[in-house]
Amino acid sequence: MKNIWVITKKEIKAYFTSPIAYVVITVFLVLVGFFFYSLIWWFNSQSIQMAQNPYYYQQININQMVYSPLFHNMSIILLLMLPLLTMRLFSEEKKIGTEELLFTSPISVSQIILGKYLASLIVLASMLCLTGIFSIFTFAFGNPEFAPLLNGYLGLFLVGAAFLGVGIFFSSLTENQIVSAILTFGALLLFWILNWASYSAGGIWKDVLNYLSFFQHFDNMTQGILDTTDLVYYISFAFFGLFLTHSVIQSRRWR
Amino acid sequence: MIEVEHLTKKYNELVAVNDLSFKVEKGKIWGLLGPNAAGKTTTMRILTGYLPATDGKATVAGYDVFEQPNEVKKIIGYLPETLPLYLEMTVSSYLDFVGEIKQIPPSKRKEAVEHALKISGLEPVRGRLIKNISRGFKQRVGIAQALIHNPQVLILDEPTIGLDPAQIIEIRQLIKSLKGEHTIMLSTHILAEVTQTCDGVVIINEGKLMASGSLEELTASFKEKEGIIVKLRKGGEEVASQLNKIPGVEKISRENNEFKIEWSQGRDLRDIITKFIVEKELGLVEMRPVAMNIEDLYLRIVSGGGEQ
Repeated sequence: MKNIWVITKKEIKAYFTSPIAYVVITVFLVLVGFFFYSLIWWFNSQSIQMAQNPYYYQQININQMVYSPLFHNMSIILLLMLPLLTMRLFSEEKKIGTEELLFTSPISVSQIILGKYLASLIVLASMLCLTGIFSIFTFAFGNPEFAPLLNGYLGLFLVGAAFLGVGIFFSSLTENQIVSAILTFGALLLFWILNWASYSAGGIWKDVLNYLSFFQHFDNMTQGILDTTDLVYYISFAFFGLFLTHSVIQSRRWR
Repeated sequence: MIEVEHLTKKYNELVAVNDLSFKVEKGKIWGLLGPNAAGKTTTMRILTGYLPATDGKATVAGYDVFEQPNEVKKIIGYLPETLPLYLEMTVSSYLDFVGEIKQIPPSKRKEAVEHALKISGLEPVRGRLIKNISRGFKQRVGIAQALIHNPQVLILDEPTIGLDPAQIIEIRQLIKSLKGEHTIMLSTHILAEVTQTCDGVVIINEGKLMASGSLEELTASFKEKEGIIVKLRKGGEEVASQLNKIPGVEKISRENNEFKIEWSQGRDLRDIITKFIVEKELGLVEMRPVAMNIEDLYLRIVSGGGEQ
């Protein structure tokens, strides 16, 4: 555990001594802020209209009308941003030759991978926490339900964790950071839209494709539904990414 | 301290290291010598546990490199060919990080960093970012990270490459000062480095062992003839033929007024030659033994002249 933390500390320092973390976090917050603002604006105008009808008045729900679409938008932004956080993790070490230092130290490959992964998770968590500031306004001026909100954030964190797992894998494949980012982005997008293909697929394939798609699982979580299937899906996705990273690094050395 | 037995490393079809065996004694500095692409870096990478071998055995301080890699990694300090530096860190924070991953306990780490900074002469640049310091200082940071945890064994891949002559001398002195306490193996293709810093040498070419042993042993085993070089005031073919008449002399070669006189091993003609020169009044200016130097040795071995 101590060894993992050494690597994590180093990676977090590296994120914040280079502009990358600042740029990613700022752009993320600006985009989320924009979506939040326009959703609140839309919600306000809808509420005024709906308030005139007693039936619709019952239906006004800030969780459904603001947070659910906001979480969807945030997950797409994460899909665009997180490959930029993972692209350098192994590519850079390989390119500048520091992996020779790491792999000849008395730290195991799994510890190195976990340390790096943990650092990227911490940056992800801080990105998400910072967006919590927006919710101060909704809680101050409205009464959103807290549990679904938290569930949505948990969903975002898990989706992000899965994205980071994929990203770290592609980072171990190449010493070119751009290539690593593009491959991660492509793979994530593919898994995102996998359920589109399920519309035309039949039988068991429909279920398989639906299960594999990020979208399907994330949809539940933004609705406030916490299902263990979804938790297992994201955690195993992240774990699989880390496992593949380990295999790539080991096989590269054994080749 | 370091023992390598029948080590082989193949990259697909390419054989980088081929059935290599050698030993390095404790507290000595050994050079790993060979032309480019001879397999020096691969050998060192295997010893440090960075690369696995295809076949064979390697032990460092009694630990098997393949069976107990973590034990080996704890007692080895390694300077790779490309300096493993994080350019965005300052010199001291980098050394602190290396100390941490080399598992120096927190209570001793600060002291270890100070010690490494001091012996590598890095104190003037300790607070600067590594990307902003000169190549010579970067090289020293590389050496400092290799010895920060006071390892029993130091493996240095081309430690003086890319340095100016003054820096080369400093680094060599630094390496020599580490001898005794540490067992050092350094690779190089600069022959002078071997004669100036090393106690022994392993010469490899195309992955194969060409020769290994202490410098004295090697030069002795390759020397077929003994001889001296005399510089005279008088010169010319005539003098050469006169010298050739001395009983026992087998070969005379002349370059202006310098004569290289050689005879077969086991005899000593120095007295006779001096007497002859004085008697004939040839005007002795200088007299020195013919030393088999490392260049001759290396060229003969690598060109295949003396495989053993």
